[in-house]
Amino acid sequence: MDRASSNLVELRDLKVAFDGVQVLHGIDLNVGRGEAVGLVGESGCGKSVTWLAALGLLPGKASVTGSVRLDGQELAGGPREAFEQVRGGRIAMIFQDPSSSLNPVLRIGRQIVEALSLHRGLRGDPAKREALRLLDMVGIPDARRRFDLYPHEFSGGQCQRLMIAMALAGEPDLLIADEPTTALDATIQAQILDLLIQLRAETGMATVFISHDLGAVSQVCERVCVMYAGRIVEEGSVAELFSEPRHPYTRGLFDAIPRIDGPRQRLIPIPGTVPNPKHLPEGCSFQPRCFRAVEACRSERPVLDTSADGRQLACFRPVQANEPVEPRARVTEDMLL
Amino acid sequence: MIRFIAVRLLRAMITIFAVVTFAFVVLRMSGDPAQVMLGPDVPQEAVDAFRRSWGLDQPLWIQYLAYIKSIFSGDFGVSMRDKASALDLVLQRVPATLQLTLPALLLKLVFGIPAGVYAALHRQSFADRGVILLAVLGFTIPSFVMGLLLVLIFAVILGVLPSGGQDTWVHGILPTITMSIGGIGILARFSRSAMIEVMGQPYIRTASAKGLKWRDVVWNHALPNAAVPIVTIVGFMVGSLIAGAVVVESIFSWPGIGRLLIVSVSNRDLAVVQCILLIIAAAMVVSNLVVDLLYGWLDPRLRSNAAH
Repeated sequence: MDRASSNLVELRDLKVAFDGVQVLHGIDLNVGRGEAVGLVGESGCGKSVTWLAALGLLPGKASVTGSVRLDGQELAGGPREAFEQVRGGRIAMIFQDPSSSLNPVLRIGRQIVEALSLHRGLRGDPAKREALRLLDMVGIPDARRRFDLYPHEFSGGQCQRLMIAMALAGEPDLLIADEPTTALDATIQAQILDLLIQLRAETGMATVFISHDLGAVSQVCERVCVMYAGRIVEEGSVAELFSEPRHPYTRGLFDAIPRIDGPRQRLIPIPGTVPNPKHLPEGCSFQPRCFRAVEACRSERPVLDTSADGRQLACFRPVQANEPVEPRARVTEDMLL
Repeated sequence: MIRFIAVRLLRAMITIFAVVTFAFVVLRMSGDPAQVMLGPDVPQEAVDAFRRSWGLDQPLWIQYLAYIKSIFSGDFGVSMRDKASALDLVLQRVPATLQLTLPALLLKLVFGIPAGVYAALHRQSFADRGVILLAVLGFTIPSFVMGLLLVLIFAVILGVLPSGGQDTWVHGILPTITMSIGGIGILARFSRSAMIEVMGQPYIRTASAKGLKWRDVVWNHALPNAAVPIVTIVGFMVGSLIAGAVVVESIFSWPGIGRLLIVSVSNRDLAVVQCILLIIAAAMVVSNLVVDLLYGWLDPRLRSNAAH
């Protein structure tokens, strides 16, 4: 496959365990140059952990195995310096809670200049000029006057813009946005999404967009990976996944979204909760909550397979197009058991 | 900012006033200086004369008003024992006390903070457990036990250091170490927990994600944030510099403020005790004020709160 060599980042069989509890069960994921990939799933499914692990940002008690390649160069298992070389300069990351992600006791100008001097060797006036340009680019009004302010003097949305400016300072090839809009108001969310889309168009950097918001993912990304309980369960283009979700979990995520257009419909929640990583169910991790589960799902775990049309899926009984969902029947049956 | 300082100063004055009043009342209720000074077998006339000459025959509130008035005119009274100015007596002892407390403070800072920070950065390691164990031992062993233990080892068994007195700087070694051990333990514990708290914050992850070297993450991003709780404790230590240490100075026969306090209390030398307590309270209050101002300098969030 020629495709492998053109990938910017390749994750292979990435596994993470905290104190012996496996939370990531072997993630295989490619990110092409300039590509925007979405990672969706409920809280605790391992979306963030995947990328924190890939960048070596997990605390020491986490044990990470598998392969993380950037331009074919292996990072996993390497020394701390190897990660430090990559972070910020090649792969930048922004986080869910922008206000607490900026250092409260350092002026924002200094925090951005710090990244500029680290990755581009800029100091003094040129660094300040470049920082102001970045602040302008991410839409911080009156940047020159506010250069010496502290993070608490900015709103949450502006803090996220500051985080993005700081991420851009290293001119990264890949920006990982870890739920960048979750902590923000709806109107601000839309602005930040627009900013991310616009910046990607201008800089050509690849984007990994981690979110549980399918709507946001569909705006930003071309390709989506759906994660459940530490595994990728379905992967495909946004168009494919949105028009024809095959994994019952993906379908469940869509059915739980309210629709503005069309007739009023009752939302269909996915019953139950994400399983505790310590006690994953036998077979498919999703089967206790799945409306299509059969005997085989309880004893054997489906692996992620590439189908003829290039989509990837880990399910024995995929949803057929336009098949109605019958979650209630499933729930009652479970209750009787 | 001026309002902030004014409010703090007013509060400081009230604190000192409360300490002075409390000391005044308690001292006069806890024993008769005439009896103590003159001894048990003195005729009643002598006792009465003594009390008259020091104004002790007056009602308590008149004594108190006179005392407050004299404080405001800079007169801290006269020692009943030495007939000298109480303030002079106390100030004479300050250098001896600082000879112990300043080096002890330095030891606390130099060993306590780095040990705590190192432990926090190497959590669950052998070094971390060692620091915790030593820190707990350090501040749970009372200073009289620690002092006697050190005397036993270094003066009695090894015979390398003197067990008491103030003749040379070598005499200061054991008392200084005794004084610093508890503080080292406290600072190590505090620095460790402050640092652990800070290292778990999202902005530390941001600093790492930015590509900063580990050393720069710790020095430029973590330590400035951990400084606030550490400064609080150091402030207390600075405030008590002048108070010396009653127990340690007694064990090592060191003629500092602490010893003067003990002698003066047992003699009911009212003016001297009051003067010492006033100075200690003032030092504490001033260092607290400085700490409050430092908070604003260290943490801009507190600065903007204080300004409003």
